Amino acid sequence: MTMTADINALIAQMAVALQPYLDRRPIMIGIHTGGTWIAQKLHQSLGLSDPLGALDISFYRDDFTRVGLNPQVKTSDLPESVDGRHIILVDDVLHTGRTIRAAMNEIFDYGRPESVVLAVLVERDGRELPIQADVVGQHCTLTPGQHIKLVGPEKLALKVLEDNA
Amino acid sequence: MTVADIQFDEQGQLKHFLTIEGLKRDHILQILDTAQSFITLAKKEIKKAPLLRGKTVVNLFFESSTRTRTTFEIAAKRLSADVINLNPQHSATSKGETLLDTVNNLEAMHTDLFVVRHPNSGAANLIAKHVPPHVRIINAGDGRHAHPTQAMLDMFTIRAHKGDVKNLQVAIVGDILHSRVARSQIHALTTLGAAQVRVIAPKTLLPTEVERLGVHPYTNMHEGLRDADVVIMLRLQRERMNGAFVPSEQEFFNLYGLTADKLAYAKQDAIVMHPGPMNRGLEIDSSVADGPQSVILPQVTYGIAVRMAIMALIMGGKPVARKRRTSGSTRGSNGTTST
Repeated sequence: MTMTADINALIAQMAVALQPYLDRRPIMIGIHTGGTWIAQKLHQSLGLSDPLGALDISFYRDDFTRVGLNPQVKTSDLPESVDGRHIILVDDVLHTGRTIRAAMNEIFDYGRPESVVLAVLVERDGRELPIQADVVGQHCTLTPGQHIKLVGPEKLALKVLEDNA
Repeated sequence: MTVADIQFDEQGQLKHFLTIEGLKRDHILQILDTAQSFITLAKKEIKKAPLLRGKTVVNLFFESSTRTRTTFEIAAKRLSADVINLNPQHSATSKGETLLDTVNNLEAMHTDLFVVRHPNSGAANLIAKHVPPHVRIINAGDGRHAHPTQAMLDMFTIRAHKGDVKNLQVAIVGDILHSRVARSQIHALTTLGAAQVRVIAPKTLLPTEVERLGVHPYTNMHEGLRDADVVIMLRLQRERMNGAFVPSEQEFFNLYGLTADKLAYAKQDAIVMHPGPMNRGLEIDSSVADGPQSVILPQVTYGIAVRMAIMALIMGGKPVARKRRTSGSTRGSNGTTST
């Protein structure tokens, strides 16, 4: 099932909500893979001067001892220093909160940022950690067994998948 | 059970890393790609990833080594493991303890991974067959058999400097006969489909029927190096020679030592590699070893990332048939990060 949400409209709405953060000269960092797609669009529409960063949190996942290493690890690419900088962390879907925890652990290995805000395209139910987003494109509640997934990057679309699908 | 069988689990995933033989192209590429991601780790202020936090790695070196042992130690520490270095030939073994007893004792101290170097071919395999299922083994060189992590870092180096191995003519020069490095390199290069793999050495230092490994043997440097993209020099392993394999060191250098003159037969942009330690003036001239085509020091640097990748891949949990509940753990090309 494809959700009818207009992704570009959601991103435009997120860009407006991020305006108050811009005078801090923030660094934007997208989380691989879906988060980087959203971050690219936000980075462009906000005209941020610092290059866009990308994080692959595979080396920081909390389920390594259970499921092993992601077979397709991408390279993390952060701006030279995050020390004392304000960071806008971008992901596609906020669900359990574990990805964000891993991402913050990784960012702090690059330095000590002044602040981190979280912007997500979709905020859904099912949090397992005390983590919430500061900027949200869309809130949604799914029935048990349902998952929401961003596909792209040519044409971004949100898909709802069923466990037994 | 062959060595290739021992190093895989029931799902065909690597659980030990003993030899390149039996690895598929995809296994090798996965290691190289993972290593690439670890390269950027060195740019971080805190050069660590938490993957092996709480794990104990024992470097069990029955043969001396500086580069390999140190890079394994750094690799394990960057993955947050606790690392113990042991040279049992100076302690337990010299008091008469057997190899497996030494391993049993260290295993009783809750070791999770052994990195083993041993002068006897097959030592790492023996240990891998012996240890309980949760313990992992990496072969850091066994006799004349294999040195698979060296071959992997060599593949990484070639890919980093010359791109896809498929299009390349690679020449391996020197003491092929005694070299576990050459054997592992040959398996890796042929598995990756190198255009041509040549071995260049005097007849006395070429294994019999070396062609059966899929390589082209040469005894003449000029012919063997012609249009090569990659030149890999090997150390003359005098400590493994009992008898006259080479007439004299001077003559060996004259015929097979890599000088600027000989290197000129290879392609102009050919790279020169050496696994170390180098014998300057014996298999390689200083002007080449320190010259613009040399990637000998980058090899050492890449060795850390490659060894991190191998440790991380074999130490991770087994990918089980996952329910979609944690869809974030199946992040494919159109994947998403919804956990």
